[in-house]
Amino acid sequence: MKPAPFEFVQPRTIEDAVRALAGSDGMARVMAGGQSLVPMLNLRLAPLERVIDVSRIEQLRAVEERPDAVVLGACVTHAAIEDGRVPDPTPVGLMRRIAAGIAYRAVRNRGTLGGSVALADPSADWVTTMIALDARIEAVGPDGRRSIAAADFTLGAYMTALADDELLYALCLPRYSAAARFGHYKMCRKTGEFASSLALAAHDPQRGYCRVVLGATDGAPLPLERTAALLAATGQWSEGLRARVGQAFDEDCAERRFDDYEQDIHRASVVAAVREALQQ
Amino acid sequence: MIEITLTVNGREVTAMVEPRTSLADFLREHCRLTGTHLGCEHGVCGACTIELNGEMARSCITLAAACDGQQVRSIEGFDDDPQMEVVRAAFHAEHGLQCGFCTPGMLISARDMLRRHPGISEQRVRVEMSGNLCRCTGYAGIVRACRSAAATLSACADGTTRQGE
Repeated sequence: MKPAPFEFVQPRTIEDAVRALAGSDGMARVMAGGQSLVPMLNLRLAPLERVIDVSRIEQLRAVEERPDAVVLGACVTHAAIEDGRVPDPTPVGLMRRIAAGIAYRAVRNRGTLGGSVALADPSADWVTTMIALDARIEAVGPDGRRSIAAADFTLGAYMTALADDELLYALCLPRYSAAARFGHYKMCRKTGEFASSLALAAHDPQRGYCRVVLGATDGAPLPLERTAALLAATGQWSEGLRARVGQAFDEDCAERRFDDYEQDIHRASVVAAVREALQQ
Repeated sequence: MIEITLTVNGREVTAMVEPRTSLADFLREHCRLTGTHLGCEHGVCGACTIELNGEMARSCITLAAACDGQQVRSIEGFDDDPQMEVVRAAFHAEHGLQCGFCTPGMLISARDMLRRHPGISEQRVRVEMSGNLCRCTGYAGIVRACRSAAATLSACADGTTRQGE
């Protein structure tokens, strides 16, 4: 239960971090809060030669408020979001609520938004949330900066569009109007553990935006198009909708071949998230 | 090996460490502060909870090398802390421990919780303390102790206000 030896570097600037990544032949991992990476090192699940600790890079904690978006540095912690120490792009504090449900406070004090998204654990809250909120992932590498839509970023379990020599440095979240409605449902058997099922619904009629996303599957989060269309076309929750949302969900994920139990818990999460969005 | 200097319970400590050394092992083996306990070593059980720069953290999944220049407070550093005195007394009075293995982490988590949520409900105590496991399963006493400490701390806060008036 102790890590194998590795080299440790602690760059002070984004440029130094990118240089350290470029010189590592793909055998380095970036560490922000280390709340997933260090357990994986302790369990010897992550073979690597070099850990690049980016927690000392001030620029990665920067927060920028634009008229149409909030940009959060990759090293903003879950606790900072939970406490409202950084702006929330949703008018209802959705990000704060999600942050408060991640693991435990001691973990949230160190774990970061960018680290969670870059690791791409399918059960992690932010991976699904970023897709539901239509965030953009800001990355930098030896060839410069690029911006990736969250929906194109997570390719599968622990697989992302980031190249070995790229660093995720910020997340750009569009602002939602006061008319926006959200639903969020996380299913866990024990408080604070990774989700068994996770669903998010976001509907902003003013922006003409509606998305429902299922997370905590065995792969990348699944955008549910038929379910979202139903949510966008519906004004208010009624119990009769339960079966219709369930059916839209079943059609949306027909190709994912969940077993009966998974199908049931995911359907229940999605129905709960849609219901919440329609009851606000 | 790399050289680190950190402040542990108010005292500056300089040492050579391997990058893979956890803060918990550093505290236990280098500083000989064995009040920090290691249960699961992957951030689930909470026995290794300490304070890092005033915020609680898991020392088993924090690398000592990453803490260079930072302030660490382990359970031994809370001896004279007035809030911890209240929490400790409540754990004693309410039978909030059996074997004691989880207790250092429980005390630090409970104190942190009570600072963030004064007057906390029982349900909320159960959620907030869910990151600390007691293998003796003595949760009823632990929850009672947290509630009792919350009541004592609120009474103290009210008293201070009144005296201030």
